[in-house]
Amino acid sequence: MTTINITFNGEARQVPGGCTLAELLEASAQPAASFASAVNGEFVARDARAQTLLAEGDAVFTFQAITGG
Amino acid sequence: MTTPTLSSFAAPREGAQTPSGGLAGTDTFHIAGVELTSRFFLGTASYPSPQILQQAIAASGAQVVTVGLKRQLAAGGGTQNDFFQLIRDSGARLLPNTAGCRSAREAITLSQMARELFGTNWIKLEVVGDEHTLQPDPFELVTAAAELVRDGFEVFPYCTDDLVSCQRLLDAGCRTLMPWGAPIGSGQGLINPYALRTLRARLPGVPLIVDAGIGSPADAVQAMELGYDAVLLNSAVAHARDPVQMARAFKLGIESGRLAYEAGIMAQQDMAVASTPVTGRPFIL
Repeated sequence: MTTINITFNGEARQVPGGCTLAELLEASAQPAASFASAVNGEFVARDARAQTLLAEGDAVFTFQAITGG
Repeated sequence: MTTPTLSSFAAPREGAQTPSGGLAGTDTFHIAGVELTSRFFLGTASYPSPQILQQAIAASGAQVVTVGLKRQLAAGGGTQNDFFQLIRDSGARLLPNTAGCRSAREAITLSQMARELFGTNWIKLEVVGDEHTLQPDPFELVTAAAELVRDGFEVFPYCTDDLVSCQRLLDAGCRTLMPWGAPIGSGQGLINPYALRTLRARLPGVPLIVDAGIGSPADAVQAMELGYDAVLLNSAVAHARDPVQMARAFKLGIESGRLAYEAGIMAQQDMAVASTPVTGRPFIL
């Protein structure tokens, strides 16, 4: 099985080739609506996560709500 | 009953503001097409506890509160949405910010995330241009604002008090501007009243909100007396010894400043002007 190298919130990861963003995020065991996601600095909407295939070198970030000024 | 005819009763001063409410009614105004009755926008960061934040929001009467986003730690950093539910329960409208962004591109991505996460198209657009002062970058702001407005956002730019860059933000489609009073968190008050007065005079129909730098309720009073539509602050309440009481102090100050603006503040004079009529003295000495 081929694997690809990505980073997830700054941490190096190996995931199976053909892995989608949704599959990666499911592993974090958070409710899907509790965070927002971006790949390579571009926003990926919740509904588009399952159709977003990860590629070698992708940088995935997730963001959550916090207090703010 | 006779009507007083004392000549010392002054006629209403010309140019006095038309009251929008005053003591007789509720002061209402509109921001981005939404009717509000509180001119106090409150930040939600740095409170001693979620309960004090909740009480401070209630004491402030704020109908708009700011929130933020942060990047999660690697895999399963956990959610901290308990505060979020608490803020939602306050009933206040959410104004998410793009704090920490250094470029238009970052701010645009964060805005899109905020829209999904908080379920609002309102965004407090922050793009820092200088690390020391955290001064907003006017060029990146205009670039980001134009794209976000095209994408359906209601953009509230946190900007400097520079008139021309403010005009460019309006050209980009912003309907409300939020110039700084002083650098974020500095509590220095309004360090350039001249610039803020100029903005108010040159942009008479634009909702203007002083954002950042306010330290004491006196600063908020000053902003409201200048004719600003609202003030946004966080640290001055959150860092007070008693944030709940300070929230109320600001609420009263903001209301007082607005009432004074509407009532029309007397013109300053270089010399003394007797307030008691000098003719018809009651006693002959």
